[in-house]
Amino acid sequence: MQRKQRLSRNTAYFVPYSLWILLFVIAPVLLLIYQSFFNIDGQFTFGNYQTYFSSSTYLMMTVNSVWYAFLITLATLLISYPTAYLLNETKHPQLWLLLIIMPTWINLLLKAYAFIGIFSQAGIANQFLSFIGIGPKQLLFTNFSFVFVAAYIQIPFMVLPIYNSISELKPSYVNASRDLGATNWQTFSRVIFPLTMPGVKAGIQAVFIPSLSLFMLTRLIGGNKVITLGTAIEEHFLTTMNWGMGSTIGVVLIVAMIIIMWLTGGSGKRHARKGLTK
Amino acid sequence: MTQRRFKWRNLYLWLVFIVLYAPIIFLVVYSFSKGDTMNNFHGFTWSHYQDLFADTRLIAIFLETLLIALLSSLLATMIGTLGALGINNTTRPVTKNTILALNNILMVSPDVIIGASFLIFFTALKIPLGFGSVLLSHIAFSIPIVVLMVLPKIQEMSTSLLDAAADLGANNWQLLSQVIVPYIMPGIFSGFFMALTYSLDDFAVTFFVTGNGFTTLSVEIYSRARQGINLEINALSGLMFLMAMVLVIGYYFINQYSSRHRANVRRRRK
Repeated sequence: MQRKQRLSRNTAYFVPYSLWILLFVIAPVLLLIYQSFFNIDGQFTFGNYQTYFSSSTYLMMTVNSVWYAFLITLATLLISYPTAYLLNETKHPQLWLLLIIMPTWINLLLKAYAFIGIFSQAGIANQFLSFIGIGPKQLLFTNFSFVFVAAYIQIPFMVLPIYNSISELKPSYVNASRDLGATNWQTFSRVIFPLTMPGVKAGIQAVFIPSLSLFMLTRLIGGNKVITLGTAIEEHFLTTMNWGMGSTIGVVLIVAMIIIMWLTGGSGKRHARKGLTK
Repeated sequence: MTQRRFKWRNLYLWLVFIVLYAPIIFLVVYSFSKGDTMNNFHGFTWSHYQDLFADTRLIAIFLETLLIALLSSLLATMIGTLGALGINNTTRPVTKNTILALNNILMVSPDVIIGASFLIFFTALKIPLGFGSVLLSHIAFSIPIVVLMVLPKIQEMSTSLLDAAADLGANNWQLLSQVIVPYIMPGIFSGFFMALTYSLDDFAVTFFVTGNGFTTLSVEIYSRARQGINLEINALSGLMFLMAMVLVIGYYFINQYSSRHRANVRRRRK
C-alpha cells in the first residue's frame, strides 16, 4: 500500500519534467541531426556531409576554430592557475573568490561592448600605447583582441574549478614532498599539479567548449576574421538560411564536444558557469 | 624575505582583479561623461541616463526581459523541483543516472546548438517566434540548473521525517506542502535565483528563437553595439551593474540563511 502510494506520487511529479526531457532535450537534438540530412531545397541528401568533408573552406574553418579555442583555453589556464593557487594562500579566500566570480554576473554583451570602446582607434588602450612610446595600433578587429576578450570572459570559469581542487589538496602532501628534499619546482610539477589535475580538466572543459561556439565575439571584437564553428552555424541558420548545412556543422560541434568531454573525463558539471555554486 | 614574497603574491592577485574589473568600471564611468565617445572624459553629466529613461522602446524591452526572466524562472523552478522530487523517488540507479545524464545535456551543450535546435523544433511545431518561443526556451534551459540545486537538498532530508508525517496521518499533498517543500526551500530559492540570472544573461539562445518582432536586452545591446559606441548603452550597463549587485547580494543572503537554517536544524536535532 505504502509503496503503491509512493509510486503514484512519483509519476505525478514526473509528468511535466518528463515532458520537458522529451520535448526540449531529446526532440531538438534528434531534429538537428535529422535536419542535417536535408539540403536547402528540402530534399533528403548526404550532400551536406560530403560538402563539409571535401571542402577545404569548411575544414580550414574547423581547424581554425579549434586552434583559437586552444589558444583561448591556454591563455585562460596560464592566468587562472596562479590566480587560483595564490587565492588559496590568502587570508580570506572565499571573499577573493567571490570578487573574481562577480564579473560573471555582468551581462556578457556589455563586457564585449566595453572592449569595443577600450580597443578603439583613439581608445584608452591606444592612448596607453602612445604614452609608452609604441604608438597607436589597430587593436579592434584583430585576432589578438578576439583571444584577449574571450580569455577575459572565461577566466572566472577556469579559476573556480581549479581553486576548488587546490583547496582540497592536503597541505601535508606538500610538506612531505618538501621534507623529502624536493625543490619548489619538483613539488609543484610532481605533487601539486598532478593532484589538482581534476580541477584543471574541469576548467578546460568549461572554457574550450564555449570557445568553439562563441559567435558574438567574433563579430563584435574579431571583426569576422576568425570564423568559429558557432559563427558558421549562426550564419547558416540566420543569414543564408541553409539550415541543413548549419545542422551538419552543429553535429560536428556536438561530436567535438563529446570528444573533449571524453578527453577531460567527468560528466561536465558546467553549473560552475555561474560562479557562486560549488 | 617571507614578507616580500607575500607582497608579490598580492600584487599578482590585485593585477588579475584590476583587469577583471577595469572594463566594467570603465563602462560605468563613461556613462557619466559628456560627449559621445569612450575616449576622453569630458565632465560629469546625467544626460545619458535621462536619454535612457526617455527611450520608451528600450524601457519596454527592459520590462519584457524582466518579465521573461521572472516567468521563466518561476515555471522552471516549479517543473525542476517536481522533477528533482521524481528523480529522488526513482528506485533503480540505472534510471536515475540516465535521467541525470539527460538533465545535464542542456547544461553542457554550447548555446549555439541549443539555439539552433530549438529554432528547428519551434519551426517544426509551427510555434510562432516571439515572446512565447523565447519564454519556452528560457524555461527549458533553466530547468536543469534548478534540478541540480534542489536535488541535494532533497537527498539531505531524512526519510524518517516523511515516515513520521505519514504516520501522523498526512496525505500526499500535506506531505509535500507542509514537510518537503519547507525543508527544501533554500534549494528552491537558489535554483530560482540561478534560473533568473541564466535568463537575464542569455544572448545566444534568445538570438536564435526571437524572430523579428521581439527582442530582449542582450539582443538589443548586440544590435546597437554593432553600430558602434552609444553612451546610452553605458548608462544601461550602469543600471544592469546595479541589478547584478542586488542579485549577488540577494543570493549571498539566501546562502547565509540556508547555512544558518542548516545549523539550527542540526542544533535542534542534538
